[in-house]
Amino acid sequence: MSVSAAGIRFEGVTHDFDGQPVLRGIDLHLTERRIGIVGANGSGKSTLARMINGLVTPTGGTVTVNGLDVRRQAKLVRREVGFIFTNPDNQIVMPTVQEDVAFTLRRRGLDATEIAARTSEALDRFGLTDLAERPAHRLSGGQKQLLALAAVLVAGPSIVVADEPTTLLDARNTRLITGLLVSLTQQVIVVTHDLEVLDGFDRVIVVDEGRVVADDVPTTALAAYLSLLS
Amino acid sequence: MIGLYRPGTSLLHRAPALLKLGLLAVAMVLVGLVADPLVLAGELAAVVLLYALAGIPPTAAWPQIGPILWILLFAVPVQVLVAGGSVEGWTTAGLMAGRLLVAVALAALFTLTTTVTAVLEAFQILLRPFHRWVDADRVGLLVALTIRCIPLVAEIVREVLDARRARGAQGSVVALAVPVVVRSLYAADAIGEALAARGLDD
Amino acid sequence: MTARSAFARLSVRDLAQIAIFAALIAALGFPGALSLGASTVPITFQTLGVMLAGAILGARKGFLAVLLLLVLAAAGLPLLSGGRGGLVWFTTSPSAGYPYGWLLGVVVIGALTAWLLPRYPFWPALGATVLGGIVAVYLIGVPVTAINLGLPLWAAAVDSAKFLPGDLVKVVVTVLVAKQVHRAYPGLITPRRTAPVSLPAVDARA
Repeated sequence: MSVSAAGIRFEGVTHDFDGQPVLRGIDLHLTERRIGIVGANGSGKSTLARMINGLVTPTGGTVTVNGLDVRRQAKLVRREVGFIFTNPDNQIVMPTVQEDVAFTLRRRGLDATEIAARTSEALDRFGLTDLAERPAHRLSGGQKQLLALAAVLVAGPSIVVADEPTTLLDARNTRLITGLLVSLTQQVIVVTHDLEVLDGFDRVIVVDEGRVVADDVPTTALAAYLSLLS
Repeated sequence: MIGLYRPGTSLLHRAPALLKLGLLAVAMVLVGLVADPLVLAGELAAVVLLYALAGIPPTAAWPQIGPILWILLFAVPVQVLVAGGSVEGWTTAGLMAGRLLVAVALAALFTLTTTVTAVLEAFQILLRPFHRWVDADRVGLLVALTIRCIPLVAEIVREVLDARRARGAQGSVVALAVPVVVRSLYAADAIGEALAARGLDD
Repeated sequence: MTARSAFARLSVRDLAQIAIFAALIAALGFPGALSLGASTVPITFQTLGVMLAGAILGARKGFLAVLLLLVLAAAGLPLLSGGRGGLVWFTTSPSAGYPYGWLLGVVVIGALTAWLLPRYPFWPALGATVLGGIVAVYLIGVPVTAINLGLPLWAAAVDSAKFLPGDLVKVVVTVLVAKQVHRAYPGLITPRRTAPVSLPAVDARA
């Protein structure tokens, strides 16, 4: 892999949905450890985030992750990029906590002992061990988002993308999840409305009406975002 | 996955699900052929013994047997009438009722002594000859996904009912069902997206 | 077409829709989920779920949703209305034919609905749903009742007639709901009439 291939690269990316432009002329090279994406509802920021893991493929232009094309190599890209959704209820696909964490590993064709070991390790790391056998729907909102995070990280991605991960959480759980995201060793990209989440981030991108209107260190970018709102 | 299973350690609980399923099938056929009230009485006694062996009070089978007794209240008189009220008519009707009772009690016993997981595994083994057409992995995924979705949909139904109550509206069933179905479909989209994000895109 | 699997060409979204409809049919069987006021007619709303599965997901996905629910119920989960489950309801019970009737009915509704979309006119849709949701279901349900109870067919038919008023209500509800859902969420079933000649799928997988 060449040095220039590292990181996430958007080149001339456009996206249309139902004939309506969603994203226009996006050129980005994302290499920083902590990157925030902010913007109003319908600005295109969630679409931008989804492109990083191939959930949405661009209508025009290319997106590459560590040199892998998200359109042609979606499967490999998804091993690199873990995705956290806003509503963990829709992200949890297995009936119990333990089964859900093991699900991603089972898709990788690992053997049973390896899956069991890595699952219990992940449950332990996120303080979910006591809840392992619990049906997922009996968890609290914060616990569900913890489970979503554990199930994504157990597979060992190099990048974590989170789409408004704290919108449905109370203040305490917001701090908990934000703290965990910031402490990860992976590259973390967070789409958010909640500017407090971006504390300690390296770079913030402001999206408005499908275009990048600011892209800078947090203080400068957020000032641009706030002036956009007023 | 607890379901209707009654935990226990009896021989019936420990026997392999596939064996029990086979024996149940054989028993059903044999019971269906019984034409002698004495043999049937013997079978009824055997069923009671089996319940005792499993350590399951016959009352546990009541939710499964009860509704069928109600139907017998209708079916037995009809059968006697059809036979013209003769003694043979009563015998035939009695045999029918007894056979049904034995067969239902046996099937219920299977369900009460076998975990859902064990039954699903037995189904999977039975499906093996058809592996060219049925992908066991996908079936397993769908089964787990459905069990996961039941509380999710129940929650959607509850929320839609609550929203209706909050508005004080006394809307029609249609006005209730549409948001339930549409929200369920949106949830399915989100789950599909999550499945893809987690590597299930083949 | 390779006979690899009945599931092979289902997308993850299809899988999720199948699972969620199986769950929806189960949820409609929960006590107090929905009620038609002080009705004296025995109504189980699960058949509404079955009809909706056909009219909204189409024949194939609808069939798989119903099948999935039935397999789980047969395996011993209390998912049939009133918390029933287990092999009894698929073998020796007088109503054992109805689950099989559902499987036939959902396919009939789904196949006919594909012909009626995208317009989905009311009366033909009503006819299609009666054909699948009532005729096809009773076609299997009634004879099995007769066999399992040792009754003549007419007696079983008379007995099952008590479900008819409720089932007719459910047919009307299904058509009205499906009409709105297809408008709010198009593309669930590929309409038969306007479907282009299907090209051989470009699929590199073995």
